[in-house]
Amino acid sequence: MRHLKADALVGTVIDPLDAADQTRKSLLRFLTCGSVDDGKSTLIGRLLSDTRQIFEDQLAALERDSRRHGTTGEEVDFALLVDGLEAEREQGITIDVAYRFFATPRRKFIVADTPGHEQYTRNMATGASTSDLAIVLIDARQGVLRQTRRHSIIASLLGIRHIVLAINKIDLVGFDAGVYGRIAEDYSAFARGLGFASVTPIPISARYGDNVSQRSDNTPWYSGPTLLEHLETVDVDGASAERPFRFPVQYVNRPNLDFRGFAGTVASGSIAAGDEVVVAKSGQKSRVRRIVTAGGDLRRAVEGQAVTLLLEDEVEVSRGNLLAAPSARPDVADQFAATVVWFDEQAMLPGRSYILRTATDQASATVTELKHRLDVNSLEHQPARSLAMNEVGEVKIALQAPITFDSFSANRATGAFILIDRITNATAGAGMILHPLRRADNIHWQSLDVTRKSRAAAKNQQPAALWLTGLSGSGKSTVANLLEKKLHAAGRHTYILDGDNVRHGLNRDLGFTEADRVENIRRVAEVAKLMVDAGLMVIVSFISPFRAERDMARRLFEDGEFAEIFVDTPIEECTRRDSKGLYAKALAGEIKNFTGIDSPYEAPERPEIHLKTVGRAPEDLVEEIERWLDRRDQAGQQFDDGAGI
Amino acid sequence: MLAKLSHLDRLEAESIHIFREVAATFAKPVMLYSVGKDSSVLMHLAMKAFYPAKPPFPFLHVDTTWKFREMIAFRDEMARKLGFDLLVHINQDGVRDGIGPFTHGSNTHTHVMKTVALRQALDKYGFDAAFGGARRDEEKSRAKERIFSFRNASHVWDPKNQRPEMWNIYNTRVAPGESIRVFPLSNWTEADIWQYILRENIPIVPLYFAKQRPVVERDGMLILKDDDRMELRPGETVENRMVRFRTLGCYPLTGAIESDAADLESIVGETLAAATSERQGRAIDRDEAGSMEKKKREGYF
Repeated sequence: MRHLKADALVGTVIDPLDAADQTRKSLLRFLTCGSVDDGKSTLIGRLLSDTRQIFEDQLAALERDSRRHGTTGEEVDFALLVDGLEAEREQGITIDVAYRFFATPRRKFIVADTPGHEQYTRNMATGASTSDLAIVLIDARQGVLRQTRRHSIIASLLGIRHIVLAINKIDLVGFDAGVYGRIAEDYSAFARGLGFASVTPIPISARYGDNVSQRSDNTPWYSGPTLLEHLETVDVDGASAERPFRFPVQYVNRPNLDFRGFAGTVASGSIAAGDEVVVAKSGQKSRVRRIVTAGGDLRRAVEGQAVTLLLEDEVEVSRGNLLAAPSARPDVADQFAATVVWFDEQAMLPGRSYILRTATDQASATVTELKHRLDVNSLEHQPARSLAMNEVGEVKIALQAPITFDSFSANRATGAFILIDRITNATAGAGMILHPLRRADNIHWQSLDVTRKSRAAAKNQQPAALWLTGLSGSGKSTVANLLEKKLHAAGRHTYILDGDNVRHGLNRDLGFTEADRVENIRRVAEVAKLMVDAGLMVIVSFISPFRAERDMARRLFEDGEFAEIFVDTPIEECTRRDSKGLYAKALAGEIKNFTGIDSPYEAPERPEIHLKTVGRAPEDLVEEIERWLDRRDQAGQQFDDGAGI
Repeated sequence: MLAKLSHLDRLEAESIHIFREVAATFAKPVMLYSVGKDSSVLMHLAMKAFYPAKPPFPFLHVDTTWKFREMIAFRDEMARKLGFDLLVHINQDGVRDGIGPFTHGSNTHTHVMKTVALRQALDKYGFDAAFGGARRDEEKSRAKERIFSFRNASHVWDPKNQRPEMWNIYNTRVAPGESIRVFPLSNWTEADIWQYILRENIPIVPLYFAKQRPVVERDGMLILKDDDRMELRPGETVENRMVRFRTLGCYPLTGAIESDAADLESIVGETLAAATSERQGRAIDRDEAGSMEKKKREGYF
């Protein structure tokens, strides 16, 4: 026999003559969770070897590696087979999600192998997102632990409805039925509130193979299926075919004038030619004329199929919209509540703007409120101002444009989203939608007869938001003050929003944490926008240390209205000047979160105006701003004239 | 009750979804076409994804000048038959310096004629997304790679800093100069590939079928003497043997296996019963543990 363990192969050997039949297997995606010592990697190695997925050359490499890095003495260390990255092999831990594959004559399996430590919660969430079942490993000697609860809670949050409780190392407790029974009972008591459709406890020994693919003689008291039997037969689809039809439009296929096909994957339910559908965002209705695939038209398409739909009528549909069953429409809203798992090293801050992405849609999003943080070990709600990496919380999110969605509990495909950092493009977080939020009393935007243009014209000026950013003591207030004096003398209508002054009134309730700084800037940016709307030239003089918030402010204004002005004074010079005595206090540790000392300042990358202050008089700096305004006004004039022709 | 989709139906649907996602969100995608069986499947899926339109992107073949002659003939025939836009790139610096596997070894040859050549081609055309046929079951470091795998402006993969990939919602955002390698076959195994080729009757290079071929036994591998650039070492002889290939690359680096499987059914049967992994036939993976991770970090596919 050329394979690892001859006795393990009985019943799973694939008959090559059945090759053609092999095309009719079903597919199950599952997740394994457990920590280093639970034997997770050993279990996966065992499943792969029992189903003949380990080849001779891989085994040879494994034996070599086992001698070098292994922890099992003379025996083959299966963990090394699955820990793919060099850093993982050296440190003996699983860091990232890895995907493994094996198959039996009945099913193909895709295994998301995820790390168990709390600092890798995000990796587990990633693996869980595409899985329909989770194997939760328990060390029979330890029973239900904090980590068992955490893994189960994360699986539940990510919508997994089927759990296999693999009570491992049953050999080390003498194959004791009492231990098995007690753990199974403890777990069911704990898991009652987590919404699982099935919990299947199985006593196993991953190392020796008991009840993995072969029924063990050591557990005569256990009458349930082996792990592999259960994985081969468990039904995870449930009532999915009866769910309402959802079809997020991914791509409009238009090879010629006669063919306008909406390409996408059926997210739930099914559709047949002749069925009525509704365009979720517009409410327009039509009927399906054809279901096109390269292999010929289909009469019916079901959940999971990638097809192209042709409709009877010329309705307006583009990527990001969704075709749905008219009798059960999804929500369309620009605000909703959601559970968020945070991935990024930069904490999630209420008030900060992110890019939200759903199945096929995208919108600018702001977390308007962090209701609470969720302790993933106990489900306890904790008050919080921000979410750090690997933390989970419940939030309210507001969008610049409405999207279409279902609650995640009703539909994983249309109730999920990711949040992307605008600056780094990192996938910063992932969310599961709870329910839509309606704005109080349907407040609509009032259109007013006197426009911003007429207000500006009455003042005979082009409004502007001149945004001064720089360290404390860099000279912002001096520049702002002098600039306003000169503009005022020239007959301009102006106002200064000063960081310190605003904190005496409008922002009196805010402190200096990162979250409060973000909110501080958001409010000031909105006030500046109202002033520009009123026709004023507003000078904003704020440290505004974060790029993301300055960019957020910029996006509130139209082209040419906003100037980011970097008052660039080196920290050494600011510390030397220390006109308010703040640096001395900060350096002595008396002030916390002081920009430049123990809180970062992110310098502008492409400011409209870059004022290097060292060795220059304030008059000189202000003239530079005035020159920029002159150039802008001239450009605006030309544009206006041109537009009038 | 509706008919359940088979695992191949689901894999196909996932791949088609990925193709469409790229076409909808990137400015300038390209498909890397390496002429092998995985590329044949990839091409077949691309044709399906956009039917009745043609795929809205060109196909790029990075030619190391050491591919089997039958591969090149097959490539040109497929381009003619399916009518896709085929770009061929050769690293002319490497040609000028006479780089080849016999004279410079597999590492240098692969680096110059494949990895560097690929970077040259991507830079030359400014592609922001490139499809590749890599699968996660091929090698350990690939098991951890994302379907949408980010590359910085120097084409470098950072395995410790990958974007989390949730559900089927892909983060397709890149800054100018950065790009994404996209792997629609990530979740396919070698067995899936062969079963799908069988089911869909997908054309593949004839080298995959067993036939009497002139081979030389060298360093434990059976090398097909495809042209006169291969010089025999003392003691070596060319023998005609019944062989086929499980994977195709540069002919001096790709070992044949002895087999009688001359049709698809028998190839699938042999694959399912195989005792060794397919990459065993590739000289470049055996140099040292973690060698694929290193190559990938440098920009290899």
